[in-house]
Amino acid sequence: MTNFTPIPALLGGILIGLSASLLLLSHGKIAGISGIVGGLLTPGTPDRSYRLWFLAGLLAAGVTLAVLRPSTFPSASSSPLWLVAVAGLLVGYGTRLGSGCTSGHGVCGISRLSARSITATVTFMATGALAVFVSRHLLHLGGRP
Amino acid sequence: MTSEPKGWGPSLAALLSGLLFGVGLGVSGMTLPAKVIGFLDVAGDWDASLAFVMVGAIAVHAVLYRLVRRRPVPLFDGTFHVPTRRDLDARLVGGAALFGVGWGLGGFCPGPALVSLGSGSGAAVLFVAAMLVGMLLQHATNAATTAAPKPKPPEPPAETQPSPGE
Repeated sequence: MTNFTPIPALLGGILIGLSASLLLLSHGKIAGISGIVGGLLTPGTPDRSYRLWFLAGLLAAGVTLAVLRPSTFPSASSSPLWLVAVAGLLVGYGTRLGSGCTSGHGVCGISRLSARSITATVTFMATGALAVFVSRHLLHLGGRP
Repeated sequence: MTSEPKGWGPSLAALLSGLLFGVGLGVSGMTLPAKVIGFLDVAGDWDASLAFVMVGAIAVHAVLYRLVRRRPVPLFDGTFHVPTRRDLDARLVGGAALFGVGWGLGGFCPGPALVSLGSGSGAAVLFVAAMLVGMLLQHATNAATTAAPKPKPPEPPAETQPSPGE
């Protein structure tokens, strides 16, 4: 585990937990990124305002980190672009079909001990590990991380 | 549903929440696809960092969730919009399985990908564009299949909106 960074990981996780709690306290909403984005792509979603402001915050965080702490982001993509596109399609389709992603199921749902979210999280971690094994070890796509 | 909240409070709270979430993802290293792939790479040089991100987030939110839910209503909305479904269905498992494959292939899930847009990364722009197309495709196939009758468990009002926001 040469790249293991437990302290920043815990600190960042705490910020994410605070964020999810603030959104629940203020708007009564689950901080599930795929759900927040997906709602904006659905005609007639009534609560667009909080979604747009939340996403503006995410983007502002990215811009701020890129300026103050460039090491937050990789200098170059470790995956070929066609693989990035396939990955994006699967993530978009899968998160909407399964009603959530790492944030909504993995953080918010597990915090509520939701059986659906625990099932989803176990499932996407298992298929994620399988995808990494096949793509990185068997097919050698994108090289070793 | 209540009407859209008025004033700057609701917007600021949502903006601050997004900001905290994004900084948390960046600080924790989750905006580096190599760290995400390192966590999923159980046969290689395993990186347990992602598990610590989840432990930190869940520990905080599990406590604060229970405190917040003691309130009758949130600050700026008439009700809590928390999913209440308990059934495990094929859509949930199939969707999570597909998401996991994409997550493992690219090392991006939706949050870190959106934060990475702020860095101007071409890979992040491509990933987010493809993700939005994937979401629209799912919505389109969903609209095409919901015409067929299917058994649904009784759902409370909080579940009637199109996206539970999980």
